[in-house]
Amino acid sequence: MTSLGTAPGRRPNPVLSALGHVATNPKLLAGLLLVSSLVAVAAIGPLLVDTDMARPISAPSNRPPSLDYPLGTDGGGRDLLAVMIASTPQTLRLGLIAGLVGTIVGTFLGLVAGFFGGWLDKIISTATDVMLTIPPLAVLLIVAASVRTVSVEMMAFIIAALAWMNPARSIRAQVLSLRERAYVEIARISGMSELRIALFEVLPNLLPLIMASFVAAVSGAILAALGLEALGLGPQDTPTLGMTVYWSLLYGAFGRNMWWWWAPPIVVLAILFVGLFLISVGLDEALNPRLRRQS
Amino acid sequence: MTWAYFLQRLALFFVVVLTAMTANFILAHAVPGDPIGAVISQMTTRGGAVENSAEIIASYRERFGLDEPIWVQYLVYVWNTLRFDLGTSIIYFPQSVTAAIVNALPWTIGLLLAATVIAFTLGSILGALLAWAATPRLARVLAPLLIVFSSIPYYLLALILLYVFAVWPNWFPLGGGMASGTTGDPMSIAKVLDIAYHGTLPGLSIVLAGLGFWALGMRGAMVNVLGEDYLTLAEAEGLSPRRIFFAYGMRNALLPQVTNLALSLGTIASGSVLVEVAFNYPGIGFLLYDALRASDYFMIQGVCFVLVLTVATAVLVLDLIYPLIDPRIARK
Repeated sequence: MTSLGTAPGRRPNPVLSALGHVATNPKLLAGLLLVSSLVAVAAIGPLLVDTDMARPISAPSNRPPSLDYPLGTDGGGRDLLAVMIASTPQTLRLGLIAGLVGTIVGTFLGLVAGFFGGWLDKIISTATDVMLTIPPLAVLLIVAASVRTVSVEMMAFIIAALAWMNPARSIRAQVLSLRERAYVEIARISGMSELRIALFEVLPNLLPLIMASFVAAVSGAILAALGLEALGLGPQDTPTLGMTVYWSLLYGAFGRNMWWWWAPPIVVLAILFVGLFLISVGLDEALNPRLRRQS
Repeated sequence: MTWAYFLQRLALFFVVVLTAMTANFILAHAVPGDPIGAVISQMTTRGGAVENSAEIIASYRERFGLDEPIWVQYLVYVWNTLRFDLGTSIIYFPQSVTAAIVNALPWTIGLLLAATVIAFTLGSILGALLAWAATPRLARVLAPLLIVFSSIPYYLLALILLYVFAVWPNWFPLGGGMASGTTGDPMSIAKVLDIAYHGTLPGLSIVLAGLGFWALGMRGAMVNVLGEDYLTLAEAEGLSPRRIFFAYGMRNALLPQVTNLALSLGTIASGSVLVEVAFNYPGIGFLLYDALRASDYFMIQGVCFVLVLTVATAVLVLDLIYPLIDPRIARK
């Protein structure tokens, strides 16, 4: 089948051509920089700061920022710098797990629906439309409220159960267009099985779109987690960014003007969301030449 | 509008509602801890405080047919839900869940509708301008900044606005739907203004967070439309740029935007629920927050069901309007 590599109508390797745009795409670069700086903080931070100080009653409570406690301490006697260092990787991990599971499931469903069509497509498309209509928070909430105590991993899987619809939808649409391309036709004429065409001809050409879906899914998952956490349904004993915001509001950090308590998690979350957003806009432009020319 | 299209959309609506009900039912029964049992035991422990608690417990057992087989319980549940008999609230005790929701729902729908219409309109115009060659320099610089800003989620924007405009300089109220004491039904101008004043910050959070999404969608659609031949023709005919922009460009680029609106309403509703929590806004989001803190399970279920129903209805309305702006859809 290697002779097919030069078949007419075959596009140049889409991953490489997309990667080629990274260097010339300021949005993508800025987004990657923001997100990787947070990843770096999550990776290096624990080496410099004792994350045990993120536990309650390990420091005097309600202290404003000082040399001893650069971000101050909260009402429960946690060192907030340690809390930030400990909670950032938890939030990132949650987003990665949920985003990955959602994207894999969504890609599989979208590929099957778009490529094989028929009644499979009907079922998958209807299920996708139905699940997209239901506000994700309504379902997440019922689950989380029933389970009560959740770990970060559990929350990630609950959220992943609602993270597959958008990837499935966009992958399906793309597959519908790819499957009519000349190189798929040639593979079919040369006697390649449908399954092999789906896996080796169509799937590789979906990779850039899968990448974009993944970034969007990670951002969506962290957003969903933030929603649950804002309602107090996040992990109670593991610090995450959303739970830090929740505790600060619950214990009146706003009214007591303890800005050092609520502001840092909001700032880190904002950096994370803006970074992921820039990456996905940048990827969009790399994938869609018309948009690139405009900006 | 063809019947096939109409029936198909209506079927989707019913499948959504039925899925939501079934999920509610399965989760209530499959999850360890048995929430209904928990509600009953909660009532029991409050037995001293609540009058007639024995009767209520008995009515619950009967209501859910707890001694009947599971499929009977399911049918009873579906029947009750369809009649909007969502049970009795624990936090607002003598009140039914339905009554509490009916009080809160107008606040949510009012806020959501106003903010979404504003965000959709402003965002779409902004996005169209970004794809338009003759757009002023200033807009080209400011718009992307605004779009990046709006990638921050509703809830976080709400908290930031709350601090910047209500806690710090107290220009706006810290929360609530209207000034305390202004009860009573007659709608005066002062009352309307007061409601608008209280709704400004919550609404602004939803608008700001939504703006970028609509602007980006519109920019993408507009770029495609501007490449079409009929636009070149319109230019060659010497039509005014304003006319080309609105009647030829935006008019056609709007179609995918409306599809996006139907698809993202669920996410928007989820976000605005959290905005209500941040602002103590008296809608169903705040009701939900109260219910969660008190483990008022019927209320949680009821609010979630009504949320699904509201969004499904809005999507149905959009779907039915859609053929009016794009006649091709119904003929397919």
